[in-house]
Amino acid sequence: MLPILIPFLMAILSIINWGNRVLHRFLALAGSVGLLFAALALLTTVSEQGILSSNIGDWPAPYGIVLVADLPGAIMVLMAAIVGLAVLVYSTACMDEACERFGYYPLILILLMGMCGAFLTGDLFNLYVWFEIMLIASFALLALGGSRAQLEGSVKYFALNLLVSAFFLTGIGFLYGMTGSLNMAALAQALRAAGPEQPVTTVAIFFMIAFGIKAAMFPLYFWLPASYHTPPVPVSAIFAGLLTKVGVYAMIRVFTLLFVQDTEWTHGLLLAGAALTMLSGVLGAVARREIRRILSFNIISHIGYIVLGLALYRPLALAGAWLYMIHHVIVMATLFLVSGIVQRVGGSFRLARLGGLYQGHPGLALLFLLPALALSGVPPLSGFWPKLVLLQAMLQDGLWLVAATALLVSLLTLFSMMRIWVGAFWSQAPQNVATPGPLANVERRMLYGPVLALTALTIAISVFAGPAFELTQRAAQQLLDPQQYIVAVLGESP
Amino acid sequence: MEVALAVVIGALYAAGLYMMLRRSMVKLIAGLVLLGYASNLLIFVVSRLTRARPPLVPEGAQGIAEPFADPVPQALILTAIVIGFGLQAFALVLVRRAYQAVNNDDLDQVTASDRPDLQR
Amino acid sequence: MTSIILVVATRLVFPLMLMFSLFLLLRGHDAPGGGFVGGLMAASAFALYAFATSVTRARDALRRSTFRLIGVGLLFAFVSGLPGLFAGSPFLKALWTSAELPVIGKLSSVLLFDTGVLLVVVGVTLTIVFAMAEADEEEEE
Repeated sequence: MLPILIPFLMAILSIINWGNRVLHRFLALAGSVGLLFAALALLTTVSEQGILSSNIGDWPAPYGIVLVADLPGAIMVLMAAIVGLAVLVYSTACMDEACERFGYYPLILILLMGMCGAFLTGDLFNLYVWFEIMLIASFALLALGGSRAQLEGSVKYFALNLLVSAFFLTGIGFLYGMTGSLNMAALAQALRAAGPEQPVTTVAIFFMIAFGIKAAMFPLYFWLPASYHTPPVPVSAIFAGLLTKVGVYAMIRVFTLLFVQDTEWTHGLLLAGAALTMLSGVLGAVARREIRRILSFNIISHIGYIVLGLALYRPLALAGAWLYMIHHVIVMATLFLVSGIVQRVGGSFRLARLGGLYQGHPGLALLFLLPALALSGVPPLSGFWPKLVLLQAMLQDGLWLVAATALLVSLLTLFSMMRIWVGAFWSQAPQNVATPGPLANVERRMLYGPVLALTALTIAISVFAGPAFELTQRAAQQLLDPQQYIVAVLGESP
Repeated sequence: MEVALAVVIGALYAAGLYMMLRRSMVKLIAGLVLLGYASNLLIFVVSRLTRARPPLVPEGAQGIAEPFADPVPQALILTAIVIGFGLQAFALVLVRRAYQAVNNDDLDQVTASDRPDLQR
Repeated sequence: MTSIILVVATRLVFPLMLMFSLFLLLRGHDAPGGGFVGGLMAASAFALYAFATSVTRARDALRRSTFRLIGVGLLFAFVSGLPGLFAGSPFLKALWTSAELPVIGKLSSVLLFDTGVLLVVVGVTLTIVFAMAEADEEEEE
């Protein structure tokens, strides 16, 4: 409950004091610190006591709206809190005044609230509402600043996401018509009891398309590289780290809890989609020459990995997918934030105009190299372990072709990241390019601090991969055993 | 009644998709609005129609007699309409701004975010 | 362009609409009505006022910025959820006091929530209406 209330309260207070920038900053930082603590508390409680559930307004479970915190959800809330805090600290240094006056901080807070809500809700329609809250905040953030590229990017993003809402709503309508309930636990029961005459798989496809667009899966990913590289850097970072993950999270949630009647077909489709997502994403990344566009395409290819874990539908694979999610949220946010610093000191995002940064900023170069290597899965960094686990799971199922694809994709990711490294840091500095002035001391601390912290976190995950994997294994068990979820929400008697 | 509504819903979906496939930005928004209406109406119909039986307890009575209209889908639709209202208002403003920036209503011209030469 | 009929009618109807909005709000719990329609009614009253005079005048009549209305409304809704939290039951649990007041009826956290909804609806609707009307006025000039 608290993870939603804290950002909400802070957002309210900032709206009341619209236009007071200093206060906005303070409230936003306070809110995200509070969120971080609440998320930590939630995670420890959940991992000790099992799934928690709370009926809003005290209406009993299948009728009222339920909030459910299980391990997968609690982990994601913690991720959202970490990235939110890092991005907010970072943005105090680099947002321009106009953006701040148009309510940048309240919007980020509302976005965080929407995410936490989506991770914790136990009601399908409520999930839709949280999605829309996130959407409105993200539209406004995307269009903030209002350059031509940004506006066009937001038009595309906007159209696609309204389409998602329509699909999602249609799916919800059909589900309600079939079962007469929207509580996820009650739905899980009803759908398991549903006979073959019910069009469950058809409805499942509605949800697959809706969340597939959200998560940027093949062949529905084209909106992402068209819009993610246009807004201000901190906004890109929070989108890249978290927003698509909400789609993946929702996908995993419904395809483990609700639609498991015809796994051969639905999860087979997901498997093919995941493999193609990986491949097409990374090929796009290899072909680009602009840092944030390369990163955008890399998001897509790694979404493929996570969905792959879901498609395999076994404990090992799901645990791997969840570890991948944790790793990817942090690493992606770090890389986008670093790209912002590169732009600040080098003057551009385009590789052709960058170069020689290693001489002036060896620390920055290292900060880029570490997450870049982690992203491509170089051992012993954090990206390596979930990839190893996923590979194991694939080989257990005898999916050689998919496994080979995954390995190839890792290699190509490494190639595309190294291209940034060579282009921006290692190569000769290009002639005749005006470089902006040096960073002020405070600015440097605000920009580097969050990046350092996130990188440290990546390293921590690499070092403590064992305990982290144990945690995600337990999360995967909870995902694969809906009975736990149902009992926690509806009580003992089924 | 159900049949008539089903036809209407189908027509709305078709019209919405058709509008979305046009090249004009304004028609894109109109298409999305129609699509939203279609799904709202769908929720209304799938919960079965009950005429003139509001789910309100009359004064003095302990409960209501069956059959009464299911209040849940009505609440869902109300929520969806309100959300849709907000989103569409935002969409209109966005399209207006985008129109001013591109100076063209043709969606095929909306390519700046894919062309680095038009960016900073 | 302002017509005299609209101006005179607005002067008569404006307070009536506000009263009706309040009536809808208070009636809301057991009968059709409530914060949402009440808010729409109040918002349309101000929108009418804006059309009859000007957006600036309507903003003055509102006295607060629309953002502040949204914020305060959300705060009301938020606070209305707290008593339940302190009483040991989940957030937003509806609590009723036994005190009967004239006109209002039983005082409850639900009424507070509804008032919040009313304020938010007024704020949001008027933000949109004012923004569009102002864009129009600018173009006319």
